Amino acid sequence: MKRSFVSVVVLGLVLAFLYVPIVLVFVYGFVPNGVSMSFFDAQGNFTGFTTKWYNHIFTGNFAIRDLLSSFWLSLTIAGLATLVSSVLGTTAALALHRWKDRIQSIHYGLVYVPLVMPDILIGISLLMLFVAMKVECGFWTILIAHVTFCVSYVAMTVLARLADFDDRIVEAAYDLGAGPWTAFFKVELPVLMPGIIAGGLLAFTLSIDDVVITSFVNGAGTNTFPTYVSSMTKHSRNLPSVFALSTLMLVFTCALTGISKLIGGRTQVTRRKRG
Amino acid sequence: MNNPLRSKKAEWVVTTPSFLWLAFFFAVPAVIVLAFTFHGHDASGGVGDWSLSTWRELVDPDYPAIVWNTLRISFEVTVWSILLALPCAYAIARMNARWRGIVAGAIMLPFWTSFVVRVFAWKTMLHPDGWLQACYLGWLNVRAWLFGWLPGFLQEFLLWAGFAAPGAVDPASSTILDSETAVVLVSVYSFLPFAIMPIYSAAEKFDFSLLEAARDLGAKNFYAFRRIFIPGIRQGIVSAILMVFIPAVGSYVIPQMLGGTNCVLIGNKIFMRAIQNRNIPHASALATLMAVAVLVPIGIAMLWKRRQDARDKRRLDEQTAKLAVGGGGR
Repeated sequence: MKRSFVSVVVLGLVLAFLYVPIVLVFVYGFVPNGVSMSFFDAQGNFTGFTTKWYNHIFTGNFAIRDLLSSFWLSLTIAGLATLVSSVLGTTAALALHRWKDRIQSIHYGLVYVPLVMPDILIGISLLMLFVAMKVECGFWTILIAHVTFCVSYVAMTVLARLADFDDRIVEAAYDLGAGPWTAFFKVELPVLMPGIIAGGLLAFTLSIDDVVITSFVNGAGTNTFPTYVSSMTKHSRNLPSVFALSTLMLVFTCALTGISKLIGGRTQVTRRKRG
Repeated sequence: MNNPLRSKKAEWVVTTPSFLWLAFFFAVPAVIVLAFTFHGHDASGGVGDWSLSTWRELVDPDYPAIVWNTLRISFEVTVWSILLALPCAYAIARMNARWRGIVAGAIMLPFWTSFVVRVFAWKTMLHPDGWLQACYLGWLNVRAWLFGWLPGFLQEFLLWAGFAAPGAVDPASSTILDSETAVVLVSVYSFLPFAIMPIYSAAEKFDFSLLEAARDLGAKNFYAFRRIFIPGIRQGIVSAILMVFIPAVGSYVIPQMLGGTNCVLIGNKIFMRAIQNRNIPHASALATLMAVAVLVPIGIAMLWKRRQDARDKRRLDEQTAKLAVGGGGR
């Protein structure tokens, strides 16, 4: 079909467009000159590739010490924000699913509106809150901000999972003598777990990648990986190490996803065999 | 109540944590922002007394131009994203299940690299000596040439609205870095996956035999695409528009890194006022304007959806009634 052909060509071009910067990130991790970001010297001679930026990362070179510590801070904040927002998001989804009264319609608004607000508005309004309360900005304000925007994403993911949830299995648990806690932890939570994990992963990705909200509430001197990189882009000789680190992260994430797919695929296969 | 699942006490236990958290860290700050707009600012970077001076000052300096530029650029980004996303979503939806999964995954994979790093990679690519600079000059010339063909009133309108610049293209002063084009290009790059996904999930549910039926009835390919496919996935298109337009209005990193001084948007101005000048009331007022710019299209989309649903339901009822009458007659 003609139409189909045109659209496949557009799709191919769009995919190329989406991958050009990724390829560039990979290539520039090996650039020798961190100032000109070029593989050629002033005379136009090819200078070859280097692995020194990777060495810097693995040896914890002092030149990129701040970059590495900002990276660990990002991981810490993303981990904690994921934990807290997963709990809050799951309870929010349970409440929204189970009750449909006036409180829940306000609750739904509180969960839904942050999703459609641009990041910068969440950032500025939290900054205003901290200014009004005269709170010093730093680690804790960043964590609070990240939890705030992650809760809604977790809640929506779990809510979508709850839509397919058969409420009768909880009622069956009650009939069989389970209390509310047992019914929740032994019956409802295991069924919801894939939704909670998906929401948590989303929260982690959003938190570790956030730059706008963080740059409002980080105060002076506390930098996460994204805010540190954006401050580095103005004047730094070590930018290729950012690209090298990003390449490592991408490879790591891909490997992790691949392994989880493999394991997931295998358990499904074994289940099918047993069934 | 007998049912412990739906008791009032359980509701309190489950609702309170997230409700309080979001009320305190989302709703209260929003009210504070609104309240700050009705304060003046003092020279030491603090918030002054209650007054309307902030709103009066908004009309005066360069704010209206910045607001208009933000809306115009967001509009351009949205149009380009939707134009590119439509054929992509169509192509993916027509693939078999295996390929669909692979391609949809391939579209989301770039998100595993940090957003700031990707924007910075673009900055390296947009270097004045790079190949994209040549493309940019070519694009400017094509645009100027096309502009020359337009009727006079349209030219004047485009100039007035800022969609086109007057005069011939000057290769020396036109660099792609620090230009509006760079901001639009990288914004489309960043938001395109958010446009493809909702259109794709609408297209996935679309019954493609309708297109074949239209062709059998003599419709040309593009006509069938336009009259059958597009209306069939309109709800996906509307959510794609919102998914692109909202972050585009709130854009901060991209104009900051790639727009230079030629492309300052509301987001950059908010950051400048809040962090650099410590003019909290002005930052709050700009944030309020941005919230309005985001909430108006959302409101329109919700109204539109309600009307569409009502119309669909009415049509369905009419058809059912007709069928019932027809069946009775036989």
